[in-house]
Amino acid sequence: MTTISTPKQSGGRRTGRRSPLASVALIAIGLLFTGGAYAAFSTSTASAETNAASQQTVDEGQKLFAANCATCHGLAAAGTEAGPSLIGVGAASVDFQVGTGRMPMQLNGPQAEKKAVQFTEEQTASLAAYVASLAPGPALPDPSLLDGEGDAANGAELFRINCAMCHNVAGAGGALTQGKYAPALTGVSETHIYEAMVTGPQNMPVFNDMNISPESKRDIITYLKYLDNNPSPGGFALGALGPVSEGLFLWIFGLGSIVALTVWITAKSN
Amino acid sequence: MSTATTTTELVETKKSGGLTGAAANYIDERTSISTAVKELGRKIFPDHWSFLLGEVALYSFVIILLSGSFLTFFFSASMTPVEYDGSYMPLKGVEMSAAMASSLDISFDIRGGLLMRQVHHWAALLFVAAIGLHMLRIYFTGAFRKPRELNWVIGFVLFILAMAEGFTGYSLPDDLLSGNGLRIIDGMVKGIPLVGTWISFLLFGGEFPGEAIVGRLYSLHILLLPAIIVALIAMHLLFVVVHKHTQYPGAGRTNQNVVGYPVLPVYAAKAGGFFFIVFGIVMLMASLFTINPIWNYGPYDPSPVSAGTQPDWYIGFADGALRLIPPGLELVWLDRTWSFNILIPLVSLGLFILVVLIYPFIEAWVTGDKREHHILDRPRNAPTRTAIGAAGVTFYAALWATASSDIIATHFKVTMEGVIHTMQFLTIVGPFIAFFVTKRICLALQKKDREIVLHGFESGRIVRLPGGEYIEVHQPVDEYERWKLVSYNDYKPLMIRPNAKGKITVGQKARAGMSRWFFEDRIEPVSSTELERAHGDHH
Repeated sequence: MTTISTPKQSGGRRTGRRSPLASVALIAIGLLFTGGAYAAFSTSTASAETNAASQQTVDEGQKLFAANCATCHGLAAAGTEAGPSLIGVGAASVDFQVGTGRMPMQLNGPQAEKKAVQFTEEQTASLAAYVASLAPGPALPDPSLLDGEGDAANGAELFRINCAMCHNVAGAGGALTQGKYAPALTGVSETHIYEAMVTGPQNMPVFNDMNISPESKRDIITYLKYLDNNPSPGGFALGALGPVSEGLFLWIFGLGSIVALTVWITAKSN
Repeated sequence: MSTATTTTELVETKKSGGLTGAAANYIDERTSISTAVKELGRKIFPDHWSFLLGEVALYSFVIILLSGSFLTFFFSASMTPVEYDGSYMPLKGVEMSAAMASSLDISFDIRGGLLMRQVHHWAALLFVAAIGLHMLRIYFTGAFRKPRELNWVIGFVLFILAMAEGFTGYSLPDDLLSGNGLRIIDGMVKGIPLVGTWISFLLFGGEFPGEAIVGRLYSLHILLLPAIIVALIAMHLLFVVVHKHTQYPGAGRTNQNVVGYPVLPVYAAKAGGFFFIVFGIVMLMASLFTINPIWNYGPYDPSPVSAGTQPDWYIGFADGALRLIPPGLELVWLDRTWSFNILIPLVSLGLFILVVLIYPFIEAWVTGDKREHHILDRPRNAPTRTAIGAAGVTFYAALWATASSDIIATHFKVTMEGVIHTMQFLTIVGPFIAFFVTKRICLALQKKDREIVLHGFESGRIVRLPGGEYIEVHQPVDEYERWKLVSYNDYKPLMIRPNAKGKITVGQKARAGMSRWFFEDRIEPVSSTELERAHGDHH
């Protein structure tokens, strides 16, 4: 500021003639400003692959983290014997684990189970911002990828090839080894589906953008939402579990009611 | 004389019968059908709910024929790749076989098509289930004994053919599930030493999946198998007419008579009405509950396998056997891989099926009984047979349940490995437990029957005698009830007898051993002397 004011004062006397140094100074100032702004901007994009968040949110997140998560993940989120390091897992991972109630975990088991969500949306966002501030990682998905307006046919095909072996073709879930399982996908929010694909929670593999492009992820979400919103054309789906539930239904209700009717037909009249 | 009577009868019919009578007479004079009607119409069928189970199977088969014919109008049994352009949005533009595309068209674009598909599939499940239940009834009541051994064999072959029909039908839509099923069959076939690969290539017209299998299965499914089934059903029913129906023991029922209702008018009306009841239930299921949602499975592609991929229930026991086999049983010998993980299930299931098929002959050989039996056994009165049956049911049920091991694991929150190990134990040890428990229960029930016949029911009335003694008054059973409790065959273990040459053959010894195992524990029926003595006691 002082540099600017000095030539102005002197220029008033020299009738509009600028000092030869003025243009140099001006360029220097310009460079300083753009460079500084660029530097500031580029650091914010680097950490804002994980979303830009105000320092206040991050601080709040840190407090929540220290109170609720640090027991297992360590005060610096670097992990302990009880829980993995969270450095670099990104905001998406936190939003999924905390947003579906899987974290904080209340019970050690084969895998963290979905349960009632423990934090408000704001608190979850603060936690996510804090973890994201530690190191770059997968960010929260762009809303344009979650609109469910993609190509359901492509999504269905990708789902059958990449997801159905664990989650079942209709997203009804399935068993894994040692008591682990792939949960049912009915009623899971678009954001959480996307985040699960990007971060690979529990036993799920990561489907990064090189494996399945963001647009294809959008297609998969479109298909899953199609299944959610359109009841089975054939009537009640019997859990969409396949031939086991069909067979069980046939034996118990189909043949069961027929046997009951045979008893009725052959009953002696009183 | 006879001419005169005929004329008067004719005149009378014309007067009283009107158009119906005249038409009946017209037909009779040209076909002599009245003999058949008189014979069949007076046929007596005993009334019991369990005698209707075979009818359920028959009726579901009729439903399958009707709905299946509808489906053939629109199904195209070809594996030519086409691009789907029907109305199911999430498959639009996906490449699939013409078979899959036409199945989807049946489901979404042909009026009533989805209902017919679901009727066909539900009725198929019901068909096999009803056969199974019918067969259990036959087994546990001993209805397979002379003269009905051959009819048991026919019925059992029908059961196997029904499974074949089911499996070929399951494979036709060429969706992901049916392709996975075929892949398992392909794997099983390829597991057979030496010839496996050749058979697989012959079956699929080259390497799996090829482009031939759907067309071939279709020929079997709609032509050859149904033709054999219809022929065997006809024989099965003919035998029922020839042998006359069996009946449960009861007062007035003997090996020489059949107590029940005549076909016309009572039984025909009941059975005919029952057809519509079965049809109604199948329709109800088909209209309310989805079965085989091929639109979820999508077209077959050898790479994906969905979680929860299972065969239809009746193939489950074979799938379960494959799941139960522990790993590490393949070995290389003579420069070939011997897949005992496939051969052991194949051979043990084959043996199981064979034993069930020939069981009537085994039992006839053990008992040495050459008499005809038209009175059914109450299951408790043939303890060893009932126990063998229970063991067989346990074995089958354990295999069957294993086919759903993954669903059990997720729904009961247990580990997959835990389920498999439990089922391995149940498959091997379960039948023995079931055998001993069932046999003991049967013997205990027989003892109870004896007790009731000799001393009557406990009436619950306590009486104080003049001497101060308290007794519970036992009420004697009535004669009808007693008949049921005392009239059954009592077999004793066979004695070893030398043959004409004075030698005791190995066969004789085996037979005597089996017979002892069958009949060493037995409760004899109450004899009339015992009965009289017991009555003496009470008065």
